[in-house]
Amino acid sequence: MTIDWSWIGDHTDDLTSLTLSHLQAAMTAVFFGLLISLPLAVLAHRVRSLRGFLLGLSNVLFTIPSIAIFVLLLPVSGLTRTTTVIGLTVYTLVVLLRNTVEGLDSVPAKTKEAAKAMGTRPLRTLLTVEFPLALPVIFAGIRIATVMSISLVSVATYIGDGGLGQLFTDGFQRDFPTPVIVGVVLTILLAVVADALLVALQYVLTPWRRRRA
Amino acid sequence: MFELFKNLGTWLTSGSQWAGQDGIAHRLAEHLQYSLLATLIAAAIGLPIGLLIGHTGKGAFLAINLASFGRALPTVGLVVLVFLAGGLSMLPVYVALVALAVPAIVTNTYAGMTAVDPDVRDAARGQGMRGHQVLLQVELPLALPLIMTGLRLALIQVVATATIAAYVSFGGLGRYVFDGLAQRDLVQVLGGAVLVAVVAVVLDLLLSTLQRLLFRHRTA
Amino acid sequence: MIQFDAVHKRFPNGTTAVHDLSLEMPEGGVTVLVGSSGCGKTTTLRMINRMIEPTSGTIRVNGRDVTEQDAAELRRSIGYVIQQAGLFPHRTVLDNIATVPLLLGWNRKKARARAAELLETVGLAADAGKRYPHQLSGGQQQRVGVARALAADPPVLLMDEPFGAVDPVVRAQLQDELLRLQKELSKTIVFVTHDIDEAVRLGDRIAVFRTGGYLVQCAPPAELLARPADDFVADFLGAERGLKLLSLKTLAEVPQGPAPEGGAWTLVLDADRRPLHWASKDAELPVRPLTDGDSLLSALNESIASPTGLIARVDATGALTGVSSRDDIHVHAGQAHSEARVVAA
Repeated sequence: MTIDWSWIGDHTDDLTSLTLSHLQAAMTAVFFGLLISLPLAVLAHRVRSLRGFLLGLSNVLFTIPSIAIFVLLLPVSGLTRTTTVIGLTVYTLVVLLRNTVEGLDSVPAKTKEAAKAMGTRPLRTLLTVEFPLALPVIFAGIRIATVMSISLVSVATYIGDGGLGQLFTDGFQRDFPTPVIVGVVLTILLAVVADALLVALQYVLTPWRRRRA
Repeated sequence: MFELFKNLGTWLTSGSQWAGQDGIAHRLAEHLQYSLLATLIAAAIGLPIGLLIGHTGKGAFLAINLASFGRALPTVGLVVLVFLAGGLSMLPVYVALVALAVPAIVTNTYAGMTAVDPDVRDAARGQGMRGHQVLLQVELPLALPLIMTGLRLALIQVVATATIAAYVSFGGLGRYVFDGLAQRDLVQVLGGAVLVAVVAVVLDLLLSTLQRLLFRHRTA
Repeated sequence: MIQFDAVHKRFPNGTTAVHDLSLEMPEGGVTVLVGSSGCGKTTTLRMINRMIEPTSGTIRVNGRDVTEQDAAELRRSIGYVIQQAGLFPHRTVLDNIATVPLLLGWNRKKARARAAELLETVGLAADAGKRYPHQLSGGQQQRVGVARALAADPPVLLMDEPFGAVDPVVRAQLQDELLRLQKELSKTIVFVTHDIDEAVRLGDRIAVFRTGGYLVQCAPPAELLARPADDFVADFLGAERGLKLLSLKTLAEVPQGPAPEGGAWTLVLDADRRPLHWASKDAELPVRPLTDGDSLLSALNESIASPTGLIARVDATGALTGVSSRDDIHVHAGQAHSEARVVAA
């Protein structure tokens, strides 16, 4: 299996736009995933009776195959980017929700007591104490969700989207390995770079967790 | 919309749809066979790795990063790639499914091993257990709940992804999804998707129930 | 007997945990290793069963160099108890205790029978055997830890802050229990603690370590309290060193006289001459009679509580033998104090 380097040279523009479109789909999904899961996580953390229901529901959603989610959405949103993003968002929910709840659970009760004893109101405690302290666990979730989304975007190639995934169908139909190899490599690179950026961001956001020099 | 679900209901419940070579029963059996075999192979690879790095404490950084690297592998790309390299066989499907399952198994096994109380491990050594006795009699049983969770997660993902076998012209429930897509037969596509989801949910329920029964006498 | 001969331990990160240690821990006695954290006492203990290997020097248990024995077999022949007990959460209490017998190849029935016997030895009910560790209290778990260490009847017992995680009341009970067991079993015990009171209470000999892995002094408790080798040991023993010394001296040598009659307070006795209470014209106060075996410290305490400044002394049957005054005790206590002060100066 040889790589046709000239094909790569001829298609740099296409590759760039596919990569960007791939990244955009994945990041939009993680963004909406966070938007939905953060309030739900607070709810699941505070209201014991809702906890099992919400986590169970997200688990069930996770068991639906990604291709099936896309197909199930076809009657609603058709062969569009919206379908891709909704499908990916559903998939990020389970990781983001579970990690955010676990993160909030991991905040020591004594710290919350101390905030309360000093007269901090619940919302302020949530924003200035609980979320910052839960951040490491939440971030672990964001990292997994991001890497997973980037890898999953290509599944949307079956519904005519899929960013770099289009290279797979293209190579498959023409029995031509180069685009497939390029697609796999670029997907992995994208995931590794995004993960590294998230690690750097977490380092900046949680200065208290750095090791003493 | 209502019409669609009514047709879906008819599709799922008609006797003729369940019988024969293209029938749901046969496709279901194929799907389960791919999924279970792939998960078994992945367990044979992932469990020893996870146990070993957990027991020795060495190579953890490498393993965890390889796992996140594995999570980034695009399954569709992998299947196509191995297919183009190796020709028409089930190999590409199994390679892709195993690659998908190994990271979840390794990370959860390793997490289970690191969750074993160091005092308990110290006590085991201090009572005179040899390395393999500590591993088999103390660490493995204590890590088992998390190891089971890893296997469960892996199996669910594999079941959901095994649809891909149909993409390279093999069977399984993915057949309905891809044939339906090709024939613009939405009912068939939805029927396949629903069946896969049901299989995944049922397996998840079965395994989590088993897990609860096995470890019911332990506290969290 | 356990012998340390010029033992040195340097960890790979460069810290020296134990510095040129030579020490003998006598057969059938309790040797307590004390010191603040980072003084090398735990490292010293863990080198005996080779949980940590010494960098140089030799350690002998009953004459045999530990490094010449298979580490796992050596550990099976030495009891090991740690803080929080380190019980196996997935095994019943009985199976936890049976760990070493099973490792030694006993059949399951015999190992379980031995475990059941040990449950009783450490003061646990028989039905505790079927439970899982998390279903027991901290004190009970610690008893199981001791039972597990005793299961194969090892001559040597290593205890690493075994009572460090339980509350003071339970801790005192466990200490009493250990002293009672030791009277029966006469094991060679090495006991690590950072609590000097625990050391004085349990030790036949106390070895005081200083940060950096230096052994400063090793002596019986009374000698240590009376003659600390230097300021470090004196500081470590604390300001109430004199009182601690009193806890080691008994009432036996304090003179006693007949109980007073006709004063404001009289000691009321029952038909068997056992003290009941102190009585005056219009009040009654409780009395706590003391025997010759009681410590000078409790005598002092009792004399302060007593309305007459007198303590009632009884024999083994509880019958009154006489009384001693606060002054008698003070004189005796003063002797112990000045003894300690003179030598320390």
